Amino acid sequence: MSIFKKWRGHSARRPGSGQNARTTMAAPTRWSMPGLGLFKGLAVTARNMIQSYYRKERMTTVQYPEERAPISPNFRNFPFLCYDGDDPVAGLRCTACSICEKECPPQCIYIVLDRDENGKSLKRPKLFDIDISVCMNCGICAEVCPFDSIYMDGQYEMSTTDRFGGLLLGLGRLAKSADYHMKLRPLEASEVVARRKADEEKKLAAQAAKDAKAKAAKEATAKAAAETQAAAAGKGETA
Amino acid sequence: MTAPDRNSMDRESPDSHAGELPSQSGEAGFTALQSESPDSLASLLARLHDALPQAGVTLRTNPGPAAQHSLLVEPTHLTEVCRFLRDTPDMAFDFLSNVTGVDWPDPAKADTVAVPAEGEANASASGFLEVIYHLYSTTRRVGPLVLRARTADRGDNAKIPSLVAIYRSAEFQEREIFDLFGVEFTGHPDLRRILMWDEFTDHPMRKDYVAPDDYEYEPTPHDAVLEKAKRHYPA
Amino acid sequence: MISDLANSSSSAAPALDDDQLLHVSLGPQHPSTHGVFRMNVALDGETVVSLKPVFGYLHRNHEKIAENATYLSSMPYTDRLDYICPLSNNWAYANAVEKLAGIEVPERAQYMRVILAELTRLINHTAFAGFILGDMGAWGSALMYAFRERELILDLFEDLTGARMMANFMRFGGCRNDLPAGWANKVSELVNGYGAFLDEMEDLLIGNEILLARTRDIGALPKDVLINGGITGPMLRAAGVNYDIRKVEPYGIYQRFDFRIPLGGTGDCYDRIMIRFLEMRESLKILRQALDQLPEGPFVHPKAKIRNFKPPVGEAYARVEGPKGELGFHLLSDGSANPYRYRVRPPSFINLTLLEDMCLGLDLADVVVILGSIDIVLGEVDR
Repeated sequence: MSIFKKWRGHSARRPGSGQNARTTMAAPTRWSMPGLGLFKGLAVTARNMIQSYYRKERMTTVQYPEERAPISPNFRNFPFLCYDGDDPVAGLRCTACSICEKECPPQCIYIVLDRDENGKSLKRPKLFDIDISVCMNCGICAEVCPFDSIYMDGQYEMSTTDRFGGLLLGLGRLAKSADYHMKLRPLEASEVVARRKADEEKKLAAQAAKDAKAKAAKEATAKAAAETQAAAAGKGETA
Repeated sequence: MTAPDRNSMDRESPDSHAGELPSQSGEAGFTALQSESPDSLASLLARLHDALPQAGVTLRTNPGPAAQHSLLVEPTHLTEVCRFLRDTPDMAFDFLSNVTGVDWPDPAKADTVAVPAEGEANASASGFLEVIYHLYSTTRRVGPLVLRARTADRGDNAKIPSLVAIYRSAEFQEREIFDLFGVEFTGHPDLRRILMWDEFTDHPMRKDYVAPDDYEYEPTPHDAVLEKAKRHYPA
Repeated sequence: MISDLANSSSSAAPALDDDQLLHVSLGPQHPSTHGVFRMNVALDGETVVSLKPVFGYLHRNHEKIAENATYLSSMPYTDRLDYICPLSNNWAYANAVEKLAGIEVPERAQYMRVILAELTRLINHTAFAGFILGDMGAWGSALMYAFRERELILDLFEDLTGARMMANFMRFGGCRNDLPAGWANKVSELVNGYGAFLDEMEDLLIGNEILLARTRDIGALPKDVLINGGITGPMLRAAGVNYDIRKVEPYGIYQRFDFRIPLGGTGDCYDRIMIRFLEMRESLKILRQALDQLPEGPFVHPKAKIRNFKPPVGEAYARVEGPKGELGFHLLSDGSANPYRYRVRPPSFINLTLLEDMCLGLDLADVVVILGSIDIVLGEVDR
C-alpha cells in the first residue's frame, strides 16, 4: 500500500527549484491503464514488421558481404594517385610539390622528392606514403592539388591484418590509372581529361608559334647574311 | 497540457505564442551591440561609469571586420559590474552565453587584438590569462556584450572572481578554464577539474604546454612527431 | 515504516548520513548515456539526492589542435564535434571565420547552406526520437525506424559531399562544390515523403501511456532558471521561452523564410520530445521554401582562398541555432594562418549545467529519461 501511495504522490514532487504547483491544469496522475495509445504504437510496430517483407522502403537490411549497399560515385574514402597511359612511373601526374602534405590536417602523407645525381629535382616522387590509419577522409588533399594528381577513391574494404605495413600505402598501391578514375567518377574524370587536353593543345600551339617565329627569324638572318655576302662579292667584282 | 489530440492541434502547443514578444514577427528585431550602432556600446559604457565609477571599465576596440568591441573590467569589480548589468531593468543582460579563456604569455600581443584607447597602455608587464564573457539580453534582444577580465600573472595570482552566483551557466565553463588554463575562480562552489582527470597536474591549453613523452610508432612522422621519433629510435 | 514513507517530505532532501545513501556510478559505458558520460548519483532508496556528472572521456583538446592547424584544417575537425549533426558545426565555424575576416557569401551558397542545415536538423531530431525511445526501454526497434529514415538523408549527403557524416563541406565564402544534377529533386521527394514518417513516429509516441507516464512532469524548471543557466535550444523553447537564434539574430538568409517557432508549455521531458517533432515539421517547411527559391550562381565567393588564408587581426564570436542549442565559435586571430584562440561554445556541455537540478527528488529511472531529453553528444561536451 505504501508503495502505491508513494507513487501517487510522486507527481507532486518537483525538482529542487522549489516549484510546487502546476500552473496549467490539475496534476494528472502518472499511472494509467494501458489503452489506445499503446495499441496505436503496437500497430505501428506490426505494420513495420509485416511490410518489411514486401515493401522496398522498409526492407533496409543489406546482406553484406554477399550483397553490397549501393554507394554514390562521389563517395570519398582514401586518396589515390592518378597516372596517364599505362606506365605508373612515367605517366604519374604527381610532381612531388608537397602541397597535399602540408595541407593534410592529420599529416598522414609523407613525400620524398626524387632527385638526380646532381641534386636537381626530377619532378616526381621517390616516396609517397599515406598512412590510412591516420587519414581522416576529408578530401582536402584532392582539393588543393594543382596537378590533377591526387583524388579520393571510393574503396572501403581496406582492412588488413598487418597493422603498420598493411595500412601504409606506398606508390605501388596508390597509383591508379586515369581509366580507373574515369570508371569511378565519369563526370569529374571527363572534365579533368578535357581540361588537360585543352591545356596540352594550348601549350603545343604556343610552342609551335614560338618554333615558327624562331624559324622565320633564322631564315631572315640567313637571307640577310646571304644578301650581304652577295653584295660584298658583287662589290668585289666591280671594284 | 493533456495528451494532445493530433487532429485538433494545429501542430503547435496551445500556448505557443504565450512567450512571444512584439518584435517577433519574422524580421530581425535584434540589435547587434557593436556592429550596427557603435553608440549603443558607448552609451552603455557611459552608464557603467555613472553607476560604478570605481569599477574602472575601459573600452577595447576590435580591429577586425567583426567590430565586436569589448569592455575590460578589473577582476575585483567584475561581480558588481555583472550584477549591475543583469539586475538593472533596462540593461537586463540575463544570459551568459560563453566564457572563453585565453593565454597571453606576451602582453603586447593582447593589445593588438583588443586595442586600448589612446594613451592607455597595458598595465601588465608579465604575461597574463584572460577570461572573455559574452553576454546577451533575451528580453531586449541585444548582444553580444563582450567583457574581458585579466589576471595579474600566469602563476600564483591567476585568480578571478567566479560569476556562478550571478550566472549559473558559468559553472561548468569556469571549471573548464580552471582545468585547461589554470585560472582560479574564487567563490566557485565546486572548482575542480572537469575534462582532465583529477590527478592531472598541468594545464593543456596554455601556450607553453608540453605534451608528455608518450611516443607511439607512426609510419609517417612529421616535424614534431619526427623529433620525438628520433629521441626514441636514434638509428 | 509505512507511515514514515508516506509522510516523508520529498521536496526537502532528507538529512541522511552519507553512508546511508546508495552511491551509483552510472557509466561511462552504458547503452543509454549517449556516449562516454558518467554520473555519480547518490540515492536515498530510489530518490536522487545528488548527481554529479563526470565527463572528459572523449576530450581530444580540439581547441589546441585548431591552434596548431590552419583555419581550413579545422573544418574536418568540426565535423567530429557533434557528430550527429556535422553540417551544422561546419556552418557555425564557417560563419565565425567569415565574420572574422569579413567575407561575403553568394546567394546560391546561402540557400545551399540553409537546405543542408535544415536537413541536418531533421537527422538530429530523428536520431533523438530513436534514442529517447531506446532510453525508455524500447530496445532499439523505434531507433531502427528512425535510423532508416536518417539513412535517406545521409545518402543525399553522400551524393553531395562525398561522405555520409563527416561532410567537411562548408568553406569560407560558400560551399565546397555545387549541387550535382538532380540532387535538388531528390531532396524535394524526400521532403514530401518525410511527413508520413513523422506521422508514424507520432503515432508511436503522442498518446502512448507508457511515454506519458515516464515523461510527464519530469525535469521542468522555471524559465528564468533556464536562461540563467545558459540553456538554449529545444530545452529552452519547451519551457516557453521564445528564443531561437534563427529568428532572434538571423544568420545567413533565415529572415526570408516563413516558419514558426514551436513553444512548449511546462518544459518537462514530454514537451521536449514533442517540440522536436514540431521543429522537424517547421524544418520541412523551410526546406520546401528554400528549394523553390534556390537561385543559380556561384557556390563560393570567387576570391575565397583555400590555401594561405590569413584573416586580419581581430576577434569574432558567431553563433548559430544548432539542433541542440546555441552553437558558437569564438575566434581570435593574430594575423597568422593559425588561430590564436579557437573556442567552441558547446550547447550540450552547457545544457548539462542544470542536470542535477532537474533530477533532484526524482527516481533513478527518471534520470535516464531527463538525460535523454537534454540530447547531448559527448563529442561536443568534451571536444
